[in-house]
Amino acid sequence: MASLNARAMLVSLVILLVLGGLWEALNQPPPASKQLTEYELMMGAADQQARVPPPSKVLAHAWKELSNPFYDAGPNDKGIGIQLAYSLYRVITGFVAAALVAIPLGFVIGMSPLMHRALNPFIQVLRPISPLAWMPLALFVIRDSEQSAIFVIFICSIWPMLINTAFGVANVRSDWVNVARTHELSQLQTAFQVILPAAAPTILTGMRISIGIAWLVIVAAEMLVGGTGIGYYVWNEWNNLDLNSVIFSILMIGIIGMLLDMALGTVARLVEYEE
Amino acid sequence: MSKHFVRVEGLSKVYPSKQKDTVVFEDVNIGIDKGEFVCIIGHSGCGKSTILNVLAGLDEPTLGVVTMDEKEVSGPSLDRGVVFQNYSLLPWLNTLENVNFGVKARFRDWNSKQVAEHSSKFLAMVGLSEALTKKPSELSGGMRQRVSIARAFATSPKLLLLDEPFGALDALTRGVIQDELIKIWGETQQTVFMITHDVDEAILLADRILLMSNGPNARVAESVVIDIPRPRNRANIIEDPHYYKIRNHLVNFLINRSSDELPSADGEGGVTLSVNPARQEIFKKTNESIKAIAAN
Repeated sequence: MASLNARAMLVSLVILLVLGGLWEALNQPPPASKQLTEYELMMGAADQQARVPPPSKVLAHAWKELSNPFYDAGPNDKGIGIQLAYSLYRVITGFVAAALVAIPLGFVIGMSPLMHRALNPFIQVLRPISPLAWMPLALFVIRDSEQSAIFVIFICSIWPMLINTAFGVANVRSDWVNVARTHELSQLQTAFQVILPAAAPTILTGMRISIGIAWLVIVAAEMLVGGTGIGYYVWNEWNNLDLNSVIFSILMIGIIGMLLDMALGTVARLVEYEE
Repeated sequence: MSKHFVRVEGLSKVYPSKQKDTVVFEDVNIGIDKGEFVCIIGHSGCGKSTILNVLAGLDEPTLGVVTMDEKEVSGPSLDRGVVFQNYSLLPWLNTLENVNFGVKARFRDWNSKQVAEHSSKFLAMVGLSEALTKKPSELSGGMRQRVSIARAFATSPKLLLLDEPFGALDALTRGVIQDELIKIWGETQQTVFMITHDVDEAILLADRILLMSNGPNARVAESVVIDIPRPRNRANIIEDPHYYKIRNHLVNFLINRSSDELPSADGEGGVTLSVNPARQEIFKKTNESIKAIAAN
């Protein structure tokens, strides 16, 4: 009997083959019913209906793109690697800035019931705002599309981190805080030696949610601001009617999103503890 | 009143409410001498843990003062080490790091080598030299409590407070750790104040046992001196001629008399019992007074 992992992988493979096979089979161009005139051929009249490219074509295209990911042939023709790098740069910059604000602020909210009550109304109003709604205001104030995209990432990643940090800090077991008190630790020592490690798993959960949201939002933000990035690339290829590239970039968005989550998942495992 | 090392005077705890204030305990007076091992026994809800938390500085009394070494106790301090029933180890630190945590807080100018040596010494005393790198989640309840005890002793507090340290342990483990506690206490001559539910445990460990009446309005009703000679251990203590006399007295108190309205003992006067022949007179007298009270 193979291990559970091996069997799960087998099932995944079967599902992939079945779905991929259906996709391939259903998207073949119909056989030409009659001999086409030269004029008709020239006008592409064989396909009366546009079709989603089958996986074989997407894979062939993916191979071509991935074998030269960093070429730069002008503003509208850059390799997938360059586009993804732009998006990652924006996401990571906005995310780190958000973490630098959200985690200390979360500590304050979690440790002080007064600040919790005072700041709660602001958080409740600001949190449900779609990050893209900030875009016009950001463009007006910042006057730079690149920085505006980073700001949108900042504003959307801040809330899960803020709320999770505050929750984790406020719910540190009172026994552990009492240990700090009976050992005469200062406020700062208590925060770093007891509360931070105790709340770290909850904070990391918030960070994982944030990076996930940031990666969702960057695609939409780049479609709006244009220029560079994977979101712009998807939209640009749609305008070019290059569906091969659209499907390929959708897959790449998924893979990079998964890698981002896995990276934070690895960090989360380092700070986890068992009670 | 003589100069006790720790003095608890007129301590009360009241939880106010709109209808009727709940007085958990009132007018509690306790005196503990340096190097003395005092146990406190009482039914649940009599406020034993609150008294211990007040001594630790983690809780505030409604009335009364606690002084240690002529200084008023306010707020927690490294001079008063606490061992909690639920161990209170930091789960992200291993055994050695947990003890280091206490030692570093106590001896702030030590380097990490001195800290580790000191911690290892105390962990060896409780037989945990083999488990230094294990996390609390990998240890049994008994081993966790040993770590907690090692941490408390390693910070050499002036007063050690034990809040039912063996309450969550099975009887066999409890016995082994009790013996270790006696040993480590014998070596360090700590002043100890301990809460327990276990009469045998109290007799084995204590120099003096305080008996609390039931709450609300609980009081320290009696102070029983245990003068069974040391060193004691679980095997030889039951052979002592006074053992069952004391035990019966304690059990009788807990079952029959703890719910009566009893006056406060103030640690010195009041009701102080002893099985020492020299103090038999007091023993008789107080028994009569207790009967008289019970009859009312």
